[in-house]
Amino acid sequence: MTAYLLKRLAIAVVTLVLASMVVFAVLEIIPGDPARLMLGLNASADQIELLRSQMGLNAPVVLRYLHWAGGLLSLDFGRSYTYSVPVIDLVRERLVVSLPLALMALALSTVIAIPVGLFSASRRGRAGDTIAMGAAQLGVAVPNFWFALMLIYLFAVWLRLVPGGGFPGWSAGVWPALKSLLLPAVALALPQAAILARVTRSALIEVLNEDYIRTARAKGLPYRLVLWRHALRNAMIPVVTILGLQFAFLLAGTIIIENVFYLPGLGRLVFQAINQRDLIVVESVVMLLVAAVIVVNFVVDLSYAVVDPRLRGRQ
Amino acid sequence: MSLLEIEKLSLTIGGTPILRDVELSVAPGEVMGLVGESGSGKSMTALTVMQLLPWAARATGRVTFDGIDILAASEDQMCALRGDDIGMVFQEPMTALNPVKTIGEQVAEGIRWHTRASRADAEQRARKMLDRVGLPAAQFPLSRYPHELSGGQRQRVVIAIACALKPKLLIADEPTTALDVVLQAQILDLLRDLVAENRMGLLLISHDLAVVTEMADRITILRHGEVMEAGDTARTLSEQLHPYTRQLAQASMHLPARARTHDSGSAKPLLQVANVTRDYPGRRISLLKPAAPIRAVDDVSFSMAPGQSVALVGRSGCGKSTLARMVLALDKPTAGTIRFRGDTLTGKSEAELKPARRDMQVVFQDPYGSFDPRQKVERLVAEPLHVLEKKPAPAARREMVAHALHEVGLSPKDMDKYPHEFSGGQRQRLSIARAIITRPKLVVADEPVSALDVSIRAQILDLFAELNQKLGIAYLFITHDLTVARAITDEVMVMHDGKIVERGRTSEVLDHPQSEAAKALVAAAPDLHRAIAKRLQEQG
Repeated sequence: MTAYLLKRLAIAVVTLVLASMVVFAVLEIIPGDPARLMLGLNASADQIELLRSQMGLNAPVVLRYLHWAGGLLSLDFGRSYTYSVPVIDLVRERLVVSLPLALMALALSTVIAIPVGLFSASRRGRAGDTIAMGAAQLGVAVPNFWFALMLIYLFAVWLRLVPGGGFPGWSAGVWPALKSLLLPAVALALPQAAILARVTRSALIEVLNEDYIRTARAKGLPYRLVLWRHALRNAMIPVVTILGLQFAFLLAGTIIIENVFYLPGLGRLVFQAINQRDLIVVESVVMLLVAAVIVVNFVVDLSYAVVDPRLRGRQ
Repeated sequence: MSLLEIEKLSLTIGGTPILRDVELSVAPGEVMGLVGESGSGKSMTALTVMQLLPWAARATGRVTFDGIDILAASEDQMCALRGDDIGMVFQEPMTALNPVKTIGEQVAEGIRWHTRASRADAEQRARKMLDRVGLPAAQFPLSRYPHELSGGQRQRVVIAIACALKPKLLIADEPTTALDVVLQAQILDLLRDLVAENRMGLLLISHDLAVVTEMADRITILRHGEVMEAGDTARTLSEQLHPYTRQLAQASMHLPARARTHDSGSAKPLLQVANVTRDYPGRRISLLKPAAPIRAVDDVSFSMAPGQSVALVGRSGCGKSTLARMVLALDKPTAGTIRFRGDTLTGKSEAELKPARRDMQVVFQDPYGSFDPRQKVERLVAEPLHVLEKKPAPAARREMVAHALHEVGLSPKDMDKYPHEFSGGQRQRLSIARAIITRPKLVVADEPVSALDVSIRAQILDLFAELNQKLGIAYLFITHDLTVARAITDEVMVMHDGKIVERGRTSEVLDHPQSEAAKALVAAAPDLHRAIAKRLQEQG
């Protein structure tokens, strides 16, 4: 178990370092001088040169990388070119919206998908399965912004239960903040749940054909218990893998939903930063997401070992 | 009074008839053997009693267990019976246990469910049951996971699950088919003891007449879903009144006619194995210390003459398959040399091995798993031709495939079919055709008939014998089944813990084994003649 853990950890660290190099290199190659951009069109060459040396842009590439990477480790992401505030403040401001939103969507997606997957797998080929999987197909096919619009119409405009958009901030109280994240979370969760339900179903169907399911039934356990106790845990590995991928997507891939609901999330921050060539913000947010994906994958790897004792002995 | 009474049971699955008018009964304390070839409906009969049939199955007739009408019972009633009054043991111990749950959890689960006992009580009972089936607490704590146990040990766990609540009826569906003969004998002893202890009825399902004869008081012979003959075991099998019974019995004892046998030492040896050792990296326990290697094959030396047929017998895990892989140059020895037709194989590159590969081929155990289902027979059988120096033209290739198919008793027309269109026996013929198409000097056959029914098995053994005579192919037969060794080989090598512990003429070794390992194998091997004689003697 320790060997497995250490190996996974080493892989995670190496991946993180390599990813940071790639992110740095890509933004190095992209044309556009941040100093020129900050000073506007009328700036003189001398002014630009002065700012460049102030920003450390004239140093050799290796030094700049080391400086940047060192800063990342101490959570010093540098200053935004356009807003002239520390990037970490910008990110923190957005993360308090995006992270709870992603977690809520993920929780919702899991809570919907696993029972639906169980239901479908246990009624394979019968009417219930066909209907559930038809709905899942629809969930995969329909874009989440359409769900978002329908949800706004139904719950915000018509029933007036929740606000139709905007985020009051956590200072306005936990409940109002959560309430404003509820609809976006549902809109994000539905397509994810549809995918996850399909994965759960097919993983379960495979497991249900295994001999040990028959052994469990021969013990006299009712079918429902066999599903929950024996089949589900064995089917968890593909499900956990997909969940890990979905979390990474939900953290930053939510720009459309953020726009629909006027949420100040990470997705919109990146979008604006790209438009304004605020490369340092882009770099930082991308690195943050890369780190999040790597951490999630590490957690996913650990959960494999928790789910399956056979992996614990391996290296 | 019967415990289980099956009357006029007919079964269809999705409209296909599976069973027709099956009659069978099991009394308390009685062992009923249900014999038949694959697809005869043995397992479906068992699953009907358990009501664990596929969704599309429809059963008619009457199945009464302890006064309960099984076919009319509700799912709740069945859940109360399963695992409590009726236990079931399955064929494949490697997959019958849930890999993510400990053996303790799995044995205790049924106890808790049926008796509503507390976790501690149930675990205590599970512990006792595991002790009873021969898995003592010191080596097999409840916290062990299935993957930490061997096949025989896992089957003991499955038996512990099935017998934990002292069922009135135990259904054992091919409980020992996947195990080697020594383990088989142990598991059969255990089942016999459990029957005697609890006056349990046992419905023993097997394709192996010898096993059933050793175990069962009465037998029922099933074919194509119909009962051919039923009655007292010894009488049924000694009188062999029904033609199918006779056919089965003869096929189980079948010895192919072999005109001449080959001795070693006469000619220049075909294969010489000298001091071959193979180590595998062991499991690492500490991060700092390198793991101790596991020695699968330990200083083995032997030689084979051209045309000679040699059996390599031994219990599962003794290293026989590893040795065979090295002979085929699919694995490299850690030490020692292997010479084939005078050329050293060890340490050669794949290109240098090509000439040797032409002259040695392999037949595997599983005729289902060794073919790509999406390729036609022509390509599958022609596969080894790529080792020829000159690749034959398409027309010549077809000709060669047709000839090989003809030699194994298939029609050249079968060339354009896919593997799934063939039965198990035909598929094994295909793999033999594939093996002989390059006219090899040596064929290594790894348990080539153990997945086949007795009558098919007799035919395949005949085919092996015929090809040996006709083409002069030498065989290295890897098997744990001594009847196969007796049927087809001139010499036997007995392997134990990576070493060859005994070698000699087949009849010599099997009739007068010298080493402990050989004695254990011979004693455990079921033998139909011996079993019938013993039964008759017991009954006077």
